[in-house]
This record gives sequence, structure tokens and C-alpha cells, in this order.
Amino acid sequence: MLKPAVNDWLADQYDRVPYRLYSDQSVYDSEQKKIYSGPLWHFVGMEAELAKPNDFKTTFVGETPVVVTRDENGKFFAWVNRCSHRGALVCRERKGNSKSHACVYHQWSFDTEGNLTGVPFRRGVAGVGGYPKDFSTANHALKKLRVETFSGLIFATFNHDTPTLAKFLGPKVVKFLDRVCGKPLKLLGYHRQYIHGNWKLYLDNTRDPYHASLLHLFHGTFGLIRTSQTGVSWVDSEVGWHSIITAEGGSDDNKLDAYENEGLRTYQPDSFKLKDISLLRGRKEYPDPVTLLIMSVFPSLVMHQISNTLCFRQVLPKAPDQTELIWHYFGYVDDDAEMQGIRLKQMNLVGPGGLISMEDGEAIEIVQRATVGEGDGQAVLEMGGRDAVGADHLVTEGAIRCMWKGYREIMGL
Amino acid sequence: MKINIEALLDVAHLQNSYVQAIDDDKLESWPNFFTDQCLYKLSPRENYDENLPACLIMCDSKAMLEDRIVSYRNANIYNCHFTRHIVGMPRITASNGETISAETSYAIFQTQLNGETSVFQVGRYLDTIVNDHGQLKFKEKICVFDTYRVHRLLATPV
Repeated sequence: MLKPAVNDWLADQYDRVPYRLYSDQSVYDSEQKKIYSGPLWHFVGMEAELAKPNDFKTTFVGETPVVVTRDENGKFFAWVNRCSHRGALVCRERKGNSKSHACVYHQWSFDTEGNLTGVPFRRGVAGVGGYPKDFSTANHALKKLRVETFSGLIFATFNHDTPTLAKFLGPKVVKFLDRVCGKPLKLLGYHRQYIHGNWKLYLDNTRDPYHASLLHLFHGTFGLIRTSQTGVSWVDSEVGWHSIITAEGGSDDNKLDAYENEGLRTYQPDSFKLKDISLLRGRKEYPDPVTLLIMSVFPSLVMHQISNTLCFRQVLPKAPDQTELIWHYFGYVDDDAEMQGIRLKQMNLVGPGGLISMEDGEAIEIVQRATVGEGDGQAVLEMGGRDAVGADHLVTEGAIRCMWKGYREIMGL
Repeated sequence: MKINIEALLDVAHLQNSYVQAIDDDKLESWPNFFTDQCLYKLSPRENYDENLPACLIMCDSKAMLEDRIVSYRNANIYNCHFTRHIVGMPRITASNGETISAETSYAIFQTQLNGETSVFQVGRYLDTIVNDHGQLKFKEKICVFDTYRVHRLLATPV
């Protein structure tokens, strides 16, 4: 089935990507099995979303509806949101709090771990009907996922062969998660975005430091000093399919004061000028000089720190040409009011309506629209060489090549 | 509360003028519907209902609104489209002679360059309106949008 889609894809070639991988239904179906039910961990939420005992939320792993719960003791569980009786959704709410979860169709009832605790009319009614004598509720639990947490993030996997979460993430990803998630997180809210493009186009985009200064023109247009060419494009995990992009510099408040006083405009005399610079005011939060961190954990999580905005973006495939992003914004429990205000104001820059980021939604859609139906065409990924390696700079597509290397391995392509 | 027809018509006229400026692509005049010190928020309904403070857009000055339009015209790249707002009859929820609070439902249709029209967003405006040198202006406009899954991206003001 897969071969016709990729028959001209040379072995060990990572600097070309057949366009058909972005729209072929059989490839998409295979991904659901090999990747979303495969030996990988999937981001399903934040501990801060389920703060109280018996809190739950509904989400997805791949296309499969999943419920994540917290039990009385603070332990997290995940199970497929599909009644073990006749296949109906058990939880229809987005979020809630409940010790038990009853399917509305026939009232089969489950506990927070997904175990079946009761079925109506088990012994029948007035001596007739009822389940057979050997019917056992123990045989009809909901399909359970393995769950692990790390620094306030919750991950789940269907697969028994998935390595430990820390091993799956890799040492560099762990280090950067520790950096950002080193103290209790506070949920600030969500953005949801529905993009008419293949999920892998979004993964390409978030591993691509090369497009930033070319597509996203906000800083340049307003004459803001931007040193986004200083940074790294590392990869992590054994196959290298996670990426870590950092950039240093950006706008510190001294520079912003100079900007307001016209001092820096002389460098870019043709630019416009922001009338209200408070949009960019921030606070230094970490010991290192990194002001931009885009960390992409294959296949379902992109973590970002852009100035003082912090976010976990959950990437959900919906169809070969449809992807949903759920942006989980957060700060810290110990943020003061001013710090929270800074984060909320800087959110104007990011997300589906962000002044420095809205272009990504359009970039993905125009690739999807132009490549659909293209039988033999291939994308070119030669910036920074042809090897699947990370780099200590940002002028590279190396992290994208690494992702495709990992993708080919797990897909057997 | 007895309905003040004149105030109601004033608010309805303000709403219609506001959405018409956006739909006619007269976005440079859009910030003029606000007072200099103002609050404009686009709040996804799921956040609003859960008391989560994250917004899609949060501007606390007219200057920020003006910056957004300069960015829209000169920096941002987004899907080429037209918008069409349909606003319902406003409901005045409070009025004290100085300020009027009003709630108004809205629907925004978006038409792509291939002629396809779809519902882009439905929601409600929660407005605080004041008389600013003889003109009614928005001191606050909180757009709580039911369509909290943003279709494609959000570039044009709501």
C-alpha cells in the first residue's frame, strides 16, 4: 500500500520528502497504527489542568478519544473514551470532576481508573433477562493507556514496548523541560486552532529555524533589534526526532527604552514604529540568555518559551489534510500579578492570532493546497547540508531531516 | 428596566458602524471606535467560562490597536479573505448616565478568494460604552467567542 507513495524515495535519504506523504490516506492510516499506537509517548495534558482529586479531561491520542483522570491519591490514569459495552463516548464533557463515569446509553459505570463498576439490570428485571452467570465486570474495563508524568506534564502511550518517558524524551529535552517546568505550573488558558494541513507539515514548521526571519516579519517591520540568528538547532532522542531550537537576545527593557526614544530606529530608518511598546516589556526569568525556545517532542508536543509566554502545544491529526493544535498556556503558581500581566499581554504575539506567529497557519495551508494530487514531487531540505544532524546555529533544516529519519524508521519506509 | 429607545438605537448604530468599518476594510478607522484608554479582549468561551485569563488578543490602549493594524497591513501574512459581521439587537444591561453596558451577539462569515464562505466565528460583545467628546466610544469591548476553535488563524479584528 505504501510503496507507490514513496517508490522514488532513496534509502537513507533525508533531504527530500515526497509530497504524497502529506495527503495520502493509506499513509495516514498507517501512521495511526505505527505512530499513534506505537512505542511513543503522547502529550495529553498538564497536571495543573487536573488539580483536584477526581478531575478529568477529554482529549485524544492520534484520532482516538481519550480521557485523562486524577484519582483520590493524585495518581493519573488514561483510558479510551469508548464504552466497553456498545462503543459510545463515556465522557461527553470537555472537563469535569467525578468519581465515576457512566455511559449515558445504557449506564455502564466506570471508576477513575477505567474499571467497570456496575451494569444496570445485571440480574434481569422481574426474573427475566439479565447477563449470563459467567459475565464478569472484570473482563470489561475500558481500554487503558500507560501514563507517566514529568515536570507537570502528562504523557500516555498505548504500547507496552514504549521505553520510559525520560528515555523517550532524551537528556537534552529533559534538561530544557527541567529549566522551564522546575516549579509548580499554573494554567492560564487555551487557544485552539484548526489548520487545513497535514500534521507533519506542522512538525516540519516547528523544527525549522530557517523560516523565522523570512516569514515572520513583525520585528523587522517595526525596526526592533532581533538577534534571532544566534542560537542552536539541536536534536534529541536515540533517533533524533525531537528538536530544540533556541535563540538569544530579543528585546530587553533597556533596549526598549532606547527604542521608545528613537535611539535604535536609526539602524532601520524605513521601519514603522510601535506606538505602545508595553507589548514587548518582559522580565528575565532564567539564568541563561535564551529568550526563545521551541522544543518539539515527536509527534504530539511542541513546547515554547517566547519571551515570557510559556505554552505546550498539543498536535492532533484529524485527517490527512486536517490538524488541530491545542495551545496550553501557563505561568507559575508563584507569579505575582505583574508577571501574569506580562504573560497575558505578550500572548498578543503568539498563537493563532499572534503578531509574530499567525503566518505559520497560512504557510502550512499553502503547502497543503499546492501539493495535493502531486504524484512524484518532493520537498527539498538542503539548508545546512544533507545529513540528519543538529547544529549549533539556526541556518539549517537539519532537525527536519532528523525527524524524517525517525519517521522512516518507525514507519518502515 | 424601562427600555430607553434612544440609547438602544445609539448603541445599535455604534455596533453597526463598528462592524461595517471592519467589513469595508477601513481598518485604520477601527481604533477610533475606542477611547484612548480602553480594553479590547478576544476571550475564547472555554477560557471565559472557566475563569482562565488567557485571551487571543488583549490590548489595553488605543495605541496597541493602532499597532495591530500597522502590523496587519505591513508585517503579517494571512489567508486572503473578506469578512462579514452580522450583529444582533444589542441588549443594554446597565446604564448610569455616564456609561452604558451592552451585550450583543455577533456572527462573522469569512469568504476566501475562491468564493467559499464559511462561519468564521460566533460570539457576543460585552461592551462598556462612554460618551467621549460627544461621540459614543468603547471603553471596553470583550469579545467572548463560542467558536473557540479558531478556523485557520485570526488576523482581522473581530
